[in-house]
Amino acid sequence: MNYFGVKAILIHELDRFKRTLLQSLASPIITTSLYFIVFGTAIGSRIKEIDGINYGSYIVPGMIMLTILTQALSNASFAIYFQKFTSTIYEIHAAPLSSFEIILGFVGAAAIKSVIIGIIIIITAGFFVDIEIQHPILMIFFLILTSITFSLFGFIVGLYADGFEGLQIIPILVITPLTFLGGSFYSINMLPEFWQNISLLNPVLYLISGFRYSFYEVSDVSILTSIITIFTILIGCILFISYTFIKGYKIKD
Amino acid sequence: MKNILEINNVNKIYRNSVKALDNINLNIKEGEIFSLLGPNGAGKSTLINSICGVVNFNSGTIKINGFDNIKEYRKARQMTGIVPQELYLESFETVWKNVNYSRGLFGKPKNHKYVEDLLKLLSLWDKKNSKIKELSGGMKRRVLIAKALSHQPKLLFLDEPTASIDVELRKETWDIVRKLNKNGTTIFLTTHYIEEAEELSSRVAIINDGKIILVDETDKLIKKLGEKSIKIEIKDETLNFNQNIKNKYNLEVNNNMLTFKYNIKEDNINLTEMLNEIETNGYKIKDFITEQSSLEEIFIKLIKEDKKS
Repeated sequence: MNYFGVKAILIHELDRFKRTLLQSLASPIITTSLYFIVFGTAIGSRIKEIDGINYGSYIVPGMIMLTILTQALSNASFAIYFQKFTSTIYEIHAAPLSSFEIILGFVGAAAIKSVIIGIIIIITAGFFVDIEIQHPILMIFFLILTSITFSLFGFIVGLYADGFEGLQIIPILVITPLTFLGGSFYSINMLPEFWQNISLLNPVLYLISGFRYSFYEVSDVSILTSIITIFTILIGCILFISYTFIKGYKIKD
Repeated sequence: MKNILEINNVNKIYRNSVKALDNINLNIKEGEIFSLLGPNGAGKSTLINSICGVVNFNSGTIKINGFDNIKEYRKARQMTGIVPQELYLESFETVWKNVNYSRGLFGKPKNHKYVEDLLKLLSLWDKKNSKIKELSGGMKRRVLIAKALSHQPKLLFLDEPTASIDVELRKETWDIVRKLNKNGTTIFLTTHYIEEAEELSSRVAIINDGKIILVDETDKLIKKLGEKSIKIEIKDETLNFNQNIKNKYNLEVNNNMLTFKYNIKEDNINLTEMLNEIETNGYKIKDFITEQSSLEEIFIKLIKEDKKS
């Protein structure tokens, strides 16, 4: 195992995070605050409680998930695509690093950034509403596993992207709509039965529901289904990335 | 001297069906400066990228210091450093971070003393905290060399190290290459500047259309394939120059200048006899100049011959 190699990639990528610290931290803080002003105050004042939870508090897990999914995906996809774009990836290829070590470095860095952002959102939300975390270990489990899974997904997007536009397609056109429609700001029980059934096809619903359970012990679907879903997405990403590396597609000519 | 690099029957076909390397066989000796010459698109970069693991090759074997670069890629790659042709660098990072990052990638723990000495050797020490974007082109190229040497490789690959740079910077790069070689690093460089290969390397190989056409010592190659000419300046006009001498030695006559061309490998050339014959026929020799064909002329000749075949 090339520990120094993995550490070099991790530090190199986290340095980029530090260089853009203001943007990296200010963005989730401002976005969270805006969500609370718009959804918590303006709309939330008309919706008193969902499943016995104050609306402002209810939307916190969904907001965290929304940010984590998009941040993990964007960070990981940008990190690997940027190296391809600037051609500095030649050095990664020439180094004595296995495919696993390369993924560990890039995905590890993106996941760490996402977890940090997730924690910042929890702290920011604490200034606006009361937050309870009934199952802290389960909450950390979901936070870390979701960050890793979507960083892996982002790594795949970055490998296959042929331009900066390609990096934006999945977060904007897939992840954001799925998160909004996955019960970030509402319970699917509030929807007509037809749309409830449609919502059950959305994998992000299971992630948000499981994460919300770790906070308030309320969920749209069972916690076990949520855990199975996150593991299924994770395994899917691992299998796909293994196939890509074995074939060498999009990595080396 | 032992071989630090052994390439056997290496083939590379790109996805677009272009055969970039066609059964390449090549050995590089430890401690030498070796030049791979070839026109653009001949396969020079593909070959060094295949050796260093930057691209995958289809068949054959490559051993670096005895280690197979596929089966024992960790050990093999620790032996090599690569300086790409283009200035592939992260503009917003400092020189110090860039070089230490490369050292880490190759599995080496931090060594401030070594990196400091390396930056001093490459005249970059005073720029260690500068961001790459603040450096000149020459400095950026030196940073690439520093990155390639950061993990103390035995074999350094320089892909067109002086492409698109001015004469002064070219000389500076050559001095660095010589300095590194003197310090014990084996150098493998690709170039399409013949002058560069002639100036720096002890051996050269010529590659064209993915095939190695020839490998030899630079001096021997010039001797073996080089054409020499002697220009003899006669004191008086040569309008009616002796036809017998002209025909016997196949001389070109132009005003008062006689040109005699011969190949250095021919043994039956008697220059003394020819000069005596010119003098005894009443011509006074004023001066003479000898000229030898450069590697460039040999290179063009070989490429033309290869295309014909």
